[in-house]
Amino acid sequence: MSEIKTITLTIDGQQTTVPAGSSIMDAAKSLDIEIPHFCFHKRLSVAGNCRMCLVQVEGGPPKPTASCCFPAGDGMVVHTQSDMVKDARKGVMEFLLINHPLDCPICDQAGECDLQDISVSYGSDQSHFAEQKRAVEDKDIGPKIKTVMTRCIHCTRCIRFATEVAGVEEMGATFRGENMSVGTYVESALQSELAGNMIDLCPVGALTSKPYAFTGRNWELIKTPSVDIMDAVGSNIEVHSRAGKVMRIIPRENDEVNEEWISDTARFSYDGLYENRITSPLLKNKGKFRAIGWKKAVETLLPKLDNKKTIAGLVGDLHAVEDLFAFNAFMKTTLGSDHVDARMNGFALDGSYRPSYLFNTTIEGVDSADAVVIIGSNPRLEAPIINARIRKNVVNRQMPVYMVGAEVDLTYKYKHLGDKPENIAELYDGKSAISKELAKFEKPLIILGADTLGRSDGLGIYKEAEKLADKIGALSSNWTGLNVLHNKASAVAALDLGVYPEDKGMDLGKTLKALEKGTVDTLILYGDSTHVDAEKLKGAKFTVYIGSHRDAYAEVADLVLPVTPYTEKDAWWVNTEGRLQEAKASVAPLMNAKEDWKVFRHLSGELGKPLPFNSLEELRAHVLKKCPNYKYNNCIAPAEKWVSIAGADKLLKKSFVETVTNFYKSNEILKASKVMTECAESSLNKNKAMRKAG
Amino acid sequence: MSITLKNLFSKNVTLLYPWEKTPISPRFRGEHALRRYPNGEERCIACKLCEAVCPAQAITIEAEPRKDGSRRTTRYDIDMVKCIYCGLCEEACPVDAIVEGPNMEFAMENRQDLVYSKAKLLENGDKLEPTLAERLQKDAPFR
Repeated sequence: MSEIKTITLTIDGQQTTVPAGSSIMDAAKSLDIEIPHFCFHKRLSVAGNCRMCLVQVEGGPPKPTASCCFPAGDGMVVHTQSDMVKDARKGVMEFLLINHPLDCPICDQAGECDLQDISVSYGSDQSHFAEQKRAVEDKDIGPKIKTVMTRCIHCTRCIRFATEVAGVEEMGATFRGENMSVGTYVESALQSELAGNMIDLCPVGALTSKPYAFTGRNWELIKTPSVDIMDAVGSNIEVHSRAGKVMRIIPRENDEVNEEWISDTARFSYDGLYENRITSPLLKNKGKFRAIGWKKAVETLLPKLDNKKTIAGLVGDLHAVEDLFAFNAFMKTTLGSDHVDARMNGFALDGSYRPSYLFNTTIEGVDSADAVVIIGSNPRLEAPIINARIRKNVVNRQMPVYMVGAEVDLTYKYKHLGDKPENIAELYDGKSAISKELAKFEKPLIILGADTLGRSDGLGIYKEAEKLADKIGALSSNWTGLNVLHNKASAVAALDLGVYPEDKGMDLGKTLKALEKGTVDTLILYGDSTHVDAEKLKGAKFTVYIGSHRDAYAEVADLVLPVTPYTEKDAWWVNTEGRLQEAKASVAPLMNAKEDWKVFRHLSGELGKPLPFNSLEELRAHVLKKCPNYKYNNCIAPAEKWVSIAGADKLLKKSFVETVTNFYKSNEILKASKVMTECAESSLNKNKAMRKAG
Repeated sequence: MSITLKNLFSKNVTLLYPWEKTPISPRFRGEHALRRYPNGEERCIACKLCEAVCPAQAITIEAEPRKDGSRRTTRYDIDMVKCIYCGLCEEACPVDAIVEGPNMEFAMENRQDLVYSKAKLLENGDKLEPTLAERLQKDAPFR
C-alpha cells in the first residue's frame, strides 16, 4: 500500500496532523474545535452553501473561507475565533434569519434546532431587514413528513440524502436565489423506506415528523436506548417516552450497524404499540372474547397443559432472546414436548452450525467487499439499512451487484441473472462469461434471502450458494462471504437457542399437517407471524395465543394471554449478523400485560416443574450457558472455521418471488399502526398512478 | 399621650375585608386565566414553555394538531394547590395567553376543584378579559 501523506496545520494555535485531502472542518474536529455548520453532514457529500462554517486562513485569500469544502494544507494557520470570522458568521446568520419565520413556539424542532442553537451564539438581537419576509407554500410529501417550507434555509441536506443515500431522486430545488424552493418536483408522496431520516437531517423545522406533530417537546421526553425489531438489522434506536407512553423513535448512531439511519418502519410504527393491544387475558365463549383475570386464565390453561396431551408450540417473529429461551425451556423441560418451532418461514437449516445462518461478512464488511451477489432476496424491503450500505458502495466505488431472483428496484443498478434456482449454477460453472467475471473478485459477498431458504428446496438452494461461494473464493481464510439475510428480529436468536425440534418433535410442516388431521390437543401460539396463514392454525382442540397484539392468530385462539412488545421490557436482541444488543424498557407494560418470560416462569411453577430462574439476571446466565457467543455483547463473535453442512436437496423449477410484499405491514406492530396503513396506501396509490401513466 | 390622642381621632386603617379591599398592583399574581384574541381565537399555541418553566410542575399540557392544522392544546391543567404563584408562566408565554389575574378569592370546598382545566381557565379569561388587558397595558412600559 502506498504511504498515506499527512498534513500538519495549526488551528487556533494548536497543531494537528490529518491525512491529505481532509478539509479544514475535519482537522478542526480532530482538535475538538467546533465549527458551526448547517449544510455540512459527515455522511453526505459536501455542498458548501450555507456559509456558516467560515474561518480565516492566514496567508490565504483575504476573505473568510468555508471550512467544510476548503482542503487543509501543510503549514496552514487557521483561526476560527478571530474578529473577522465572528463578523462573517454574524453576517451569515443575519442573512439566514431574514426569511426564517420567528415561530419557534409552534415549531416542533424547537429545542433541538441547529438554527436556534447557533443563533444564540452568532445571532444579533435585531435585523436590518424591514421588508416583507418570504413565504413558501408547504408541500404534501406523504404521511411521514410534515413540511413547513417557509422555515427552509436551503441547506439541501434532504436533497442530497434522497439522491445519495436513499437513492430516490424525488427531492430537488426549483428556482434560484430567494425564490429557491425545495420539494418533490411533482407533488407526490416520497417513495423511500428511509425518508424519515430527512427529519433528523433537517437542521431547522422545515421537515418534521408528521405523526409526532405537536404532541411533545424534546425537553420533556425520557430517552431510552433500544434496538429496532421491525427487521433483523438491529438498528440502534432511542425510544422517547413521556408519561409512560412512547412518543417517538429516533436513531442512535452506530457505525457498525445502522450508521445513523433507520427505516421508516422503525421510526413511525410506534403508534402500533397502542393500537389493537391485548390489555388483559381473554377467554373465548361462544365465539366471543371476554376479559378475565390472570388467575382465572392460568386456572383455565393448566389442565390443557397436561403431560399426556400432545402439545405443540409455534413461535412468532418478534421475540427477545430471554423470552425465546424461557419459552423453549417451558415447552421442552416443563411440558416435555419437543413439538416447538420458531422457523415460521420454514427455514431449511437448524442452529447446529452458527455461521450457516448468519450474515457472516457483517454489515460493516459490506464496505470492504468488492462485489455483491444477491440470491432470492430484496434487501431494499427486507433490510433497508443494509441496502443503503450496499448502495453507498455502489455509488462511491462502483461495486458491481448481481442478482438471481425477482427483478426489483433496489435503488441502484445491478446485473440480473435469471430468477430460478438453476441459474445459480451458471455463476460458477467456469464456462459462462459471468462465471469468469465473478471469479476475478477477491472479496465477493453473497446474500441469501432467509425466506428463500424457507422454500421446500431451501437446503438445495443453500448448497448451490455454498458451491458458488466456494468457487468464486468467498470462503477463504480471511473472508467469509456467504451470508443469510434474515428479515425477522427473532430469527437468529431462535436458531441460536434451539427453538426448533431437537429430538423427534414436529416442526412447522408436521405441526400444520397434524392440525389438519386434528391430532394436536393443545396448540400454543407464541406471537404472530406473517408467514403462516391463521386459517391453517385452526384444528387444535385448545389453542392458546400468547402475544401483545390482537391479530389474526389471536382470533383463532380459545385463550389469549397478553405479553409485552419490545418497548416494554429489558431485553437482548440478536440481529442477522449474530450481534447481541441490549434494549432497555422505556415504558411499563400496558395494563395487564406481563413480561413474557415471567408468564412462562409462573406457568412452570404452577405445573410443579419450575424453570430454574427467578430474575432476569439468572435467566441471562442460563442463556449465556446455552449460547456462549452471547458474551460478545454489542460486537461480533470471532469468526469460526467454515464447515460445510451435510445434506442435499433437489432444486425446484419454481422462480424466486418477492417475499416481503407489503413492507409497511410485515408484522403485528406494523399491522396495528395507523401511520403504516397510510404509508402502505400512499405507496399503493403511487404505484397505481405510475402504472396508469405508463 | 399625644400619639394616643392622635390615633384616636385619625382614620381607621383596619379594613372590613370582604366588604372593603386594598388596591392591588397590576402585577398582582392571583388566579390564572387563559386569554383569547379579540376575534375569539384562543391565544395558547401549546408551546409548553410555561410547563417547562413552572418550578412547582403544576402545569400539564397535552397538544395535537387541530383540524385546521394549527397547534393547540387538548389539555391544559393547572394544579392550583401545587402552584406557588411565582408568575414565571406568564413571563414565559410568548403570546400572553396564560396570565395571573387579580382574583385571589377562589377557595374551594374540595381539592379536586382546585385542579383547573382548560375550560375553567378560558372561562376565567373571558370573565376578566377587560381587566386583564388593562393590567397588561399598565405594566407594559416596565417590561
